[in-house]
Amino acid sequence: MEIPYTISTRPDTGLWNAKVGIWLFLASEVMLFGGLFSAYIFLRLDAPPGMWPHGLLNVPVGTMNTAILILSSVTVVLAWAELKMRRYRRYWWYMLATILCGVIFLTVKLVYEWPQKFEHFGAYIKPQALEKYEQYLGNKHAAEKGLPPRLEITGHLHNREALTNPNIKEYEVALDPVNADPTNPAMDRPHFLYVPPTDKIGKIDKEDVERATMFLPTHSAYFASYFTITGLHGLHVLGGVLVFIYMWLPVSKKVYQRNPEHLANRVEVCGLFWHFVDLIWIFVFPLFYLL
Amino acid sequence: MDASASLETHPPSPDSGATGGQDRHQHQGEHEHHELGWWRRYIFSTDHKVIGIQYGFTGLFFLLFGFSLMMLMRWQLAYPGQALPVIGKFLPHIFGAGTMPDGKMTPDFYNSLGAMHGTIMVFLGIVPLAFAAFGNFVVPLQIGAPDMAFPKVNMASYWAVFVGGTVMLTSFFVPGGAAKSGWTSYVPLAAIADSGPGHNPVFNGQTLWLIGFIFLITSSLLGAINFIATIIQLRAKGLTWMRLPFFVWAQFVTAFLLLLAFPPLEAGIIMQLMDRVAATSFFMPAGLVVNGAAMHISGGGSPLLWQHLFWFLAHPEVYVLILPGMGIVAEILANNSRKPLWGYKSLVFSVLTIGFLSFVVWAHHMWLTGMGSTVSAFFQTTTLIISIPSVIILSAFFISLWGGSIRFNVPMLFATAFLPMFGIGGLTGIPLAFNSADLYLHDTYYVIAHFHYIVAPGTIFALFAGIYYWFPKATGRTMNEFWGKVHFWPSLVCMNVIFLPMFLQGMLGMHRRWYDGGQGWTLSGDHVWGLSGFQWNTPISWAAWIMGLAQIPFIINFFWSIKHGKKVNDNPWEATTLEWTAPSPPPHGNFITAPVAYRGPYEYSLPGRERDFTMQNEPVEPAERTRRKAVEQPVLV
Repeated sequence: MEIPYTISTRPDTGLWNAKVGIWLFLASEVMLFGGLFSAYIFLRLDAPPGMWPHGLLNVPVGTMNTAILILSSVTVVLAWAELKMRRYRRYWWYMLATILCGVIFLTVKLVYEWPQKFEHFGAYIKPQALEKYEQYLGNKHAAEKGLPPRLEITGHLHNREALTNPNIKEYEVALDPVNADPTNPAMDRPHFLYVPPTDKIGKIDKEDVERATMFLPTHSAYFASYFTITGLHGLHVLGGVLVFIYMWLPVSKKVYQRNPEHLANRVEVCGLFWHFVDLIWIFVFPLFYLL
Repeated sequence: MDASASLETHPPSPDSGATGGQDRHQHQGEHEHHELGWWRRYIFSTDHKVIGIQYGFTGLFFLLFGFSLMMLMRWQLAYPGQALPVIGKFLPHIFGAGTMPDGKMTPDFYNSLGAMHGTIMVFLGIVPLAFAAFGNFVVPLQIGAPDMAFPKVNMASYWAVFVGGTVMLTSFFVPGGAAKSGWTSYVPLAAIADSGPGHNPVFNGQTLWLIGFIFLITSSLLGAINFIATIIQLRAKGLTWMRLPFFVWAQFVTAFLLLLAFPPLEAGIIMQLMDRVAATSFFMPAGLVVNGAAMHISGGGSPLLWQHLFWFLAHPEVYVLILPGMGIVAEILANNSRKPLWGYKSLVFSVLTIGFLSFVVWAHHMWLTGMGSTVSAFFQTTTLIISIPSVIILSAFFISLWGGSIRFNVPMLFATAFLPMFGIGGLTGIPLAFNSADLYLHDTYYVIAHFHYIVAPGTIFALFAGIYYWFPKATGRTMNEFWGKVHFWPSLVCMNVIFLPMFLQGMLGMHRRWYDGGQGWTLSGDHVWGLSGFQWNTPISWAAWIMGLAQIPFIINFFWSIKHGKKVNDNPWEATTLEWTAPSPPPHGNFITAPVAYRGPYEYSLPGRERDFTMQNEPVEPAERTRRKAVEQPVLV
């Protein structure tokens, strides 16, 4: 006996095996990311005022990445539809477009977004020293406006060796706009467009610093969940791209020539996975970039 | 209809008994498929039966290994601080000099053994054996399928568990030893254990535990997807949902539990891994002080979050451990009482209800965390509700025995022993479900006794029953009855001598994680039957070691019978389900022609039949139809 319903559908369920499999897999993926998102909610609700940063991510770039991912979801459906219409050539082009979208998304993440974070610096000021840095933090202004307190000074660290060398007594930071001009009402809300650090240098005595790191996962619960969730999402994108490349290579053309429906089924299953990866990003984007 | 007609799916051949199973397997492999090399046939096989047997050996190995860890711990509990005779000299050479200097166990090593005993027994012993081994071997045969739906995924899932198990074993030999923060790995204890300066960031016990776990979770997920898809898609013609053997239902629900409960733990594992490797603070609260020094972490994490993620898996996991066992017991009870399983429908709906409810009871493991009384009240209620379907299942099993002409062969002995053992385990769980009672009993030996009664003399007995029961299907030979009984009776007695006194110890207030077995507290303890809580450790430990000896007949019997057991026909137990219509051992592809099911799974002792069993693939005769209607009509009118 051979395994039935690998390509044709079982009459009473109307499904072939892999389609059942992929939906079950996606159910488990919902639970995986559900666990991570509920952790995000837990951590965010627990965060004391001023301890959940805002506006540190680049919204236009994130929006572009969102659009690219949605576009790739469209192209993968078109690729599948072309296969169903038995037009391999067009399928090939749409699949290429999908792969390129995935690659662009990952490149933007790995070459631009993440490294930019690794280059950024933040120093949480001890509560008793907050007064001393009022010129950078503008907490009186924030209190008047009913904004959460500002506890951290961020920017570009000029003397990076200060992080490791105990003989250097202070950090020299090219301040972010919000710390360069904290009382400006324009700084009350995060910027939509990315604004680079200013030329204004702030000096922060190490004595007054509770914790100072680059924007790494260890920086805060916010960046910990940002890097973990976007990293895991990125791995999913990478996996999807690799499988799509396999389906785009000549080796899959042989599958198509033997039984075109077989390749169409494969693309459908992977397309479902790809839509799911897209959907996860639709949650990631507002949670980290906008809210 | 005579006996040979039931085996119509393969032509009865006069020499089938004499040829020997192994040869037949090869011949039929040649008939239908091109010849595979030895490696592809026995090691990297995609055949569900080979994978099932691989899982079986892996599971049995880890059960024995995990039990050995416990036998070591029992020495320390019975004779705290004394050198372990004979073996004690060798152990430092295996596990490292720091673990048992001069044969005396260190507290760290004791903690490692405890944490790894739990992890190995649950995730590498019972799940691979109960779910993966029996599921892989039996489910496709019982539903009349040629294989699992995704054979390559099936192979991947076995090799994932293999890697995960290897990583777990390796962790004993890294500096600092294996994970030592309990099988629950509660944070922040687990997050700071063996980390920081002087420890390898990856090759330390806790990090390897986490990495190994990711492989185990991957394996379970792949397996669960495969099982569900197989049961939905590959059921034989005529095998409707309500004609499925109860074992298949149990595996179906189990697969859903694994599929949906494991990923949140995987999320937790990833976060704990980040806490250890990337210095994040998912589970580290602000202002954490360790050994008098403030930790250099961002803080803002939540230790309670880990417990929620962990128990969101680990409670459904309890049902993952017990449901396959119940499925096995159901098959064997029906077969050996020679009557239909009582209340098949109520069994099916009970197991489905358990599946749903098991997702909303997890926080009853967390009464002492201060979640608040509202949350506690909710989980207390759901926990009590979930006991109802469990009681229905157990009651249906007992009623199934009523009026049967019971055959007490070895599988049946283990299956019947399962019933009271599971009953004790289940009923003693009810006080733990009430958070007021649990405030006292929490983390005592009472809890240990409660869940071990369910998984040790419960599930493990069911697994032994299953091994004795399906052994002829896998090999074409039976295991020896006499040595099976020599295995059974001492195991049953020892199990109870081990776990019954633990209820007393727990009620006397003995804490489950005490390294010295409660020695320091012995004077203040009450005496029960002449022994204080601490003094009970000695008879318990001796029972554990004797039970270890009682497994030797099983091991010998098992390996000896593969080659030398008594040869039997394809249906030695005169059972009704479809796996017994296949040749023993079934060839690649299982059935020569696709089987068709015409009736329910437990048609034993049908009136007016020559034989007392009617197999699922025997067509319903016209006479039978009219006879049945005649019986039904007076009841309806």
